[in-house]
Amino acid sequence: MKTNIKTRLLIIIAVLVAFVYGVFGIPRGLSGTALSQGLLSSGVFRKGIHLGLDLKGGMHLILQVRVDEAISAETDTDVASIQSDLQKNGITGVTVSKPDPKRADFLEVSSVPANHASDVRSILDSSYSSRFDVAPGVGNSWTLTMKHTVESEAKQRALDQAIEVISSRTNTLGVSEPIIEPYQLGSYQILVELPGVDDLGRVKDVIQSTARLEAHEVIGGPWPDQQSATQSIGGPLPLDAELIQSVPGAASEGSTTEWYELKKIPIWGGTDIRDAQPGHNPNTGEPEVDFFLTSAAGSKFSAWTGANIGKYMAIVLDNRVQEVAVIKGQIGDQGNISGGGISEQRVKDLSMLLRTGALPASIDFMQETTVGPSLGADSIHQGVVASIVGMLTVMIFMLIYYKGAGINADLALFLNLVILLGFLGFSGATLTLPGIAGVILTIGMGVDSNVLIFERIREELRAGKSPSAAVDQGFGHAWTTIVDTHVTTIVSAAILFIFGTGPVKGFAVTLTFGLLANLFTAVFVSRVIFDAHLSRKLHGEPISI
Amino acid sequence: MELFHDPKIDWLGKKWYFLGFSLIFSTAGLLSILFWHHLPLDVDFRGGTVVRVKFAAQPDADHIRSAIDKAGLHDARIQQPYGPAANNEVLVTLSRSKTSESALDQGRATLVSTLTQNYSSGAGQNQGKLDLDNVSGSALQSWLQQNDPEHLGNTTDAQTRYEAQANAVVHFRDEEHSGIIDSIDSLHGVVDPAVFTALQQNAWLSGFSVRSVEIVGAQVGKVLQHQAELATLYSLGGMLVYLWFRFELIYGVAAVVACFHDTIITVGAFSLTNQEISLTVIAAILTLIGYSMNDTIVVFDRIRENLRLSRREPLADLVNRSINQTLSRTVLTSGLTFLTVLSLFVFGGEVLRGFSFALVVGILIGTYSSIAVAAPMLVAYQDWRGRKGKGATLPTAKKARV
Repeated sequence: MKTNIKTRLLIIIAVLVAFVYGVFGIPRGLSGTALSQGLLSSGVFRKGIHLGLDLKGGMHLILQVRVDEAISAETDTDVASIQSDLQKNGITGVTVSKPDPKRADFLEVSSVPANHASDVRSILDSSYSSRFDVAPGVGNSWTLTMKHTVESEAKQRALDQAIEVISSRTNTLGVSEPIIEPYQLGSYQILVELPGVDDLGRVKDVIQSTARLEAHEVIGGPWPDQQSATQSIGGPLPLDAELIQSVPGAASEGSTTEWYELKKIPIWGGTDIRDAQPGHNPNTGEPEVDFFLTSAAGSKFSAWTGANIGKYMAIVLDNRVQEVAVIKGQIGDQGNISGGGISEQRVKDLSMLLRTGALPASIDFMQETTVGPSLGADSIHQGVVASIVGMLTVMIFMLIYYKGAGINADLALFLNLVILLGFLGFSGATLTLPGIAGVILTIGMGVDSNVLIFERIREELRAGKSPSAAVDQGFGHAWTTIVDTHVTTIVSAAILFIFGTGPVKGFAVTLTFGLLANLFTAVFVSRVIFDAHLSRKLHGEPISI
Repeated sequence: MELFHDPKIDWLGKKWYFLGFSLIFSTAGLLSILFWHHLPLDVDFRGGTVVRVKFAAQPDADHIRSAIDKAGLHDARIQQPYGPAANNEVLVTLSRSKTSESALDQGRATLVSTLTQNYSSGAGQNQGKLDLDNVSGSALQSWLQQNDPEHLGNTTDAQTRYEAQANAVVHFRDEEHSGIIDSIDSLHGVVDPAVFTALQQNAWLSGFSVRSVEIVGAQVGKVLQHQAELATLYSLGGMLVYLWFRFELIYGVAAVVACFHDTIITVGAFSLTNQEISLTVIAAILTLIGYSMNDTIVVFDRIRENLRLSRREPLADLVNRSINQTLSRTVLTSGLTFLTVLSLFVFGGEVLRGFSFALVVGILIGTYSSIAVAAPMLVAYQDWRGRKGKGATLPTAKKARV
């Protein structure tokens, strides 16, 4: 019996040491003041245990990627490529368009001359049927509907790309340990958690900026406003063109906001940028962004500019014309963005954005939660006070009510808390403010197990059993009830974990592990203490309970 | 020490009082949900913008309201004081119509700029100075590097030095003074003398600080609402299945009815007191569903055990005896959990107020319901079966427990 108790005591001590290590790590000093200071200033929470955004301060965002835009960009390319394929085969007069502005996945090839109908069909079948469902439409036309699998793959690609781009942007901003991951499968949303960020406005701008840099051919303009633009074009805008507003100073120094008619399909786009750096205009000394194209896009661009000398070209950033210039000669793989009184900070951010790449589609903010660091610090303080008060109240009550056995319960409760905190330290689980509430609840619920056992022991003692038999029966009978009560609470917590987000998840985790640890402390540890106590007593000598 | 020494209370004799009590509270809650305060939903579910602002001194709510109104935010709701009056905090709520998904941030931005204007207009000499109550650590650092009060030049040494100084100020403000600095003079000794002088000359205190912002678009709110409803139903369903598995179906039904009763009354309490139901409140309610099962299980276990031991005793007497035998542990377990939750309610702060309120109410009701709702339901079920001429006994225990 004695050796048995010794092994069990050793197990308990080993567990205690292991989890204390989980809370504090290897202690730097063993002086009492250093340890108590760590506890009281809640510094322990800062080093060993991961804190949630609501305690550390920071920003929590849910973003919606407008994946339809990515589809639209893909089908725009398809329109252009069908047009050029038809031209290569000497078929003219055919209109390739996206007739329904609400449906990005739907193309129409119309006004097909009767003598070319079979040629058009075979071109569509050979090159596009892998991605589209090709079907005959009304009159001399064909319709192309993007295949479902192709569409969802493209959407998923857009989501993945957006996550990658946002990750690299937040990394450059120096946010430590950001979380950027898909949120709610199939909804194309992204969860972004940025702990400790204190310049929220800038971070948001940087995340949200699409940073889509494109070069377009200028067809017409400039006009001072949209109205005069439509008037002067006369009639509807051609399907392959678009009207885009410029920033002030795009055409020349001091020019105002103007409107341009541009070719819809860009000469090169966001994915063609290889590098971008902040720089200064050699003549004026003004800040500018110097960008470099990939070699493929560079040679394409150089060929295009060589063939279009004398025409105008526009550099468009996020659907605003930044610069308009006449093509004076072949241009290689470099360019720059300046003008409009662009600031140094903006130049820095913009070149970073161009370097990290464009977002494949624009982004909407669905939810934003910001917790300032001062609130987080207050929350920790309040949570710690509430825990200590709650724990002391329970412990004092147990001592008064159960006397000697109360010490037993208090020891078990303390070990319960150490294991829970140690677990949080080990597992890298996040402690949130509701998580602290979970710790407090664990204290209250954990002691329930002791009450169930002790009450049963008292009952057995009243029935005239000897102390050791009563202890034995008490633990034996209470065990199944304790399991039942734990299961119901853990089932609730599991459902919370599945449905909950952020802080609530943290609560579910702490509560679950608190209660699991409680099975060990209230049943195993408490029993060992009883047995150790009983082994020192004479047979039949009463115990204090 | 003993709380109850061998109690002999006739619980089932009081079942009509219990029924009346339960009916009054659940009806009052339901009526309030239907006709009075409805279901006050937090921004999590409703969508909208909530900004928590702390002021150096108790602000004038009407003054803030008119300033915000002038800026075009007409339907702002201002809750003052938020939390203890000494904290000088105010909660400004903007409805969903001011929180469209395309411009989620607009309401907050307008509010903050309005406050800044209002609090800086009284002191024109502060134009262009640094607001130490709202500056971020990195912004303060770059401000210090630019002004270079210690004449260190543009070196990495200067950078680390000013970073430490900026961190000291931010730490002083956020960790020790809840986000507001009373006066710049109080920074004496916190930072180097040269930096202190520079701050005295070129910084000011606006007297307010935005502590937290929560903005939820309508779409997210709806999804969360749906999820919360689902989670509550799954929880109740899970309990039913578990008790069915561990006992018999009728025990499970009785326990789940009692639990549902607790949920209704707890939610009703939120409506009656016009407190908002947030995500964490839902978490508390789900926890309650699990926790209020505990007392019920303890009582049911004893009923089953007694049924096995004495089959000839009238069921009402047996249930009474079982409740009395387990009364002290029912009251003690709930009472101790209640104490910890009460500590959370009193000391846990505003953010957890709704959460701890739900637990305080729910634990009281949950304990009451396991004695006053769940157990009498078993007796009522048996009476009903007896009247129909079927076997008049409850399914008994397979095995004795507590």
